[in-house]
Amino acid sequence: MRHIISLLMENEAGALSRVAGLFSARGYNIESLSVAPTEDPTLSRMTIVTSGSDAVIEQINKQLNKLVDVAALMDLSEGEHLERELMLVKVRAEGAAREELKRMADTFHGRIIDTTDHTYTIELTGSCAELDSLLEKIGRDLILETVRTGASGIGCGDRILKL
Amino acid sequence: MELTGAEILIRCLQEEQVEYVFGYPGGAVLFIYDELFKQDKVKHVLVRHEQAAVHAADGYARSSDKVGVALVTSGPGLTNAVTGIATAYMDSTPMVVISGQVPTFAIGEDAFQEVDAVGITRPCVKHNFLVKDVKDIASTIKKAFYLAKSGRPGPVLVDIPKDVSNHKTTFEYPASVSIRSYHPVSKGDSGQIRQAAQMLLEAKRPMIYAGGGVVLSDASAQLADLVRLLDSPCTNTLMGLGGFPASDKHFVGMLGMHGTYEANMAMQHCDVLLAVGARFDDRVIGNVEHFAQVPRKIIHIDIDPSSIAKRVKVDLPIVGDVRLVLDELLGVLRGGRQAPSPAALAAWWKQVDEWRAIGGGLRYKNSSEIIKPQFVIEKLHEITGGDAFITTDVGQHQMWTAQYYKFDKPRRWITSGGLGTMGFGLPAAMGVQMVNPGATVACVTGEGSIQMNIQELSTCKQFRLPIKIIALNNGYLGMVRQWQEFFHGNRYSETYMNALPDFVRLAEAFGHVGMRIEKPADVEPALKEAFARKNDLVFMDFRTDPTENVFPMVPGGKGLSEIILSEQL
Repeated sequence: MRHIISLLMENEAGALSRVAGLFSARGYNIESLSVAPTEDPTLSRMTIVTSGSDAVIEQINKQLNKLVDVAALMDLSEGEHLERELMLVKVRAEGAAREELKRMADTFHGRIIDTTDHTYTIELTGSCAELDSLLEKIGRDLILETVRTGASGIGCGDRILKL
Repeated sequence: MELTGAEILIRCLQEEQVEYVFGYPGGAVLFIYDELFKQDKVKHVLVRHEQAAVHAADGYARSSDKVGVALVTSGPGLTNAVTGIATAYMDSTPMVVISGQVPTFAIGEDAFQEVDAVGITRPCVKHNFLVKDVKDIASTIKKAFYLAKSGRPGPVLVDIPKDVSNHKTTFEYPASVSIRSYHPVSKGDSGQIRQAAQMLLEAKRPMIYAGGGVVLSDASAQLADLVRLLDSPCTNTLMGLGGFPASDKHFVGMLGMHGTYEANMAMQHCDVLLAVGARFDDRVIGNVEHFAQVPRKIIHIDIDPSSIAKRVKVDLPIVGDVRLVLDELLGVLRGGRQAPSPAALAAWWKQVDEWRAIGGGLRYKNSSEIIKPQFVIEKLHEITGGDAFITTDVGQHQMWTAQYYKFDKPRRWITSGGLGTMGFGLPAAMGVQMVNPGATVACVTGEGSIQMNIQELSTCKQFRLPIKIIALNNGYLGMVRQWQEFFHGNRYSETYMNALPDFVRLAEAFGHVGMRIEKPADVEPALKEAFARKNDLVFMDFRTDPTENVFPMVPGGKGLSEIILSEQL
């Protein structure tokens, strides 16, 4: 099953490689991983999207917790949570497709942030599934370039991951 | 007054009451060695290869409950140390390894003897640090010792660039340490401990399976009390040997791949299994699916949550320090009125004794013509009164020692269990002898393993370490040969040790005493003579039966009850 794990870790050189190394050394999947400092610059917040059986997910949580640099961890998938990912997609926008692509971007609440006479760059924020869905609608023939940040997640309401 | 980084480092080691540092100098650690030279509180043991420095620090730590310390230079110094670090990591030895690094301004430029020490060691340390500022040395060393010793112990690497060791700052050793992202659990959950007590009291076929965690947390006394109170059979893992006295009637021997029939059968057929500081690894329970076929309740006490439910499903996890949890569990059991059912236990012991009879304990056919390796270990046990510190290398000799040297006390058995590192035994014995001066220390090894760190005979000479080396020389890499015989059609691919040195003359060349023993009748007199030489290192080259195999054996991938008792393949 797909899980979104959020963690707070020391914002130190090498902390990211400890997490990445753990996943590769133990053969766990990483679908995406995104990380940046928080309002406290000594802490980084990381969101990892992974998948595996319940036993594997339990081990992933435990192994992450065991890293000395990991200060707090929450498996967001165990409760109500929000998930957002940012995507920038550059598409070939010529002729009839130009109007159609604009409509598509609007339907998904995306924004066209750069245009030339033959391209659009669309910005879209949403769940990973929504982003996938837009890409599918556009179709691979028209896509010139795709950049995705990987998911960021946060718990709903009082589900807070803080030190 | 301002001190250099190197001075600060040595002061920190003094503050940590470090008596011995095992190491090897080099360019990146010149300032540190200069400061070592200027004082005499921290003594340095000059090994002949950095791997040996780390193994020696490991043996030092395992036999004493202190943190072992090793010091190596950058680049090859560090890479040579990696095998030792990984060995310590797998067996949870508390250790601090200090490595020199090229100067901060040269890092990343492929400088002479530069290697990414933090990157290379990351997967095999509990934690590691690169100290970029001299102001951080004292707090980092404090943290390193704290991390190494607390929670589940392990090796911690501190990488110090050469310029940092020469920069100056004021020195103050922190009185306390706290790491906001690190909070090891010590006390177990009281509710779960009460539940465990209830499950154990209601068990009809209880079994206690104790590992290295018992030794690491010094919980042998508590374990013995618990086993006797519950009147349960008890087995030890390879790492746990000595954690429960082998001479106790409740002891059913080691379990696992080369464990006894009774231990493995009791593991398989108990109804409540209490795992204490053990991790259900592949050499212990064999095939996981086979193990899980039988319904039994499992209680698992471990300080490391990630060891629980990693390979087997656990019904009742208790995260905590083994000693504290057992103390509390004993309190609950003693405070209640309930006792285990004598009738159920009598039936269970009848069954266990039947298994004992089938397995016949550990058996081998002795010979008057050729030396049987098991016989040497039995005699070693007898002559040392079962009270020696025994280190080993890895292979058949290791298993025979585990089986036939009946350890009654913890911290006497020093072996590389998790990583299975050949070359561990001799340097580990150096560390053991250093921290236990005057004690009897023997290294049981093979003609293959001993050659992996034989240069340490020179260190032993320099530091007058009267270690007794028991080489079971069968001319083969015996354990690999055994597998080739069983599973690869007797094709002994590269396991015959051709062109062996004359170990007697080799020992003599290093300034030690060498003995060659070729007849069974000479085994006992030779051992007696060797152990009577209190001040000499004696290298005993026992020529043993090259065809002897280690039994019992649970073949790889098989279940515990699919154990093979003898040559019946």
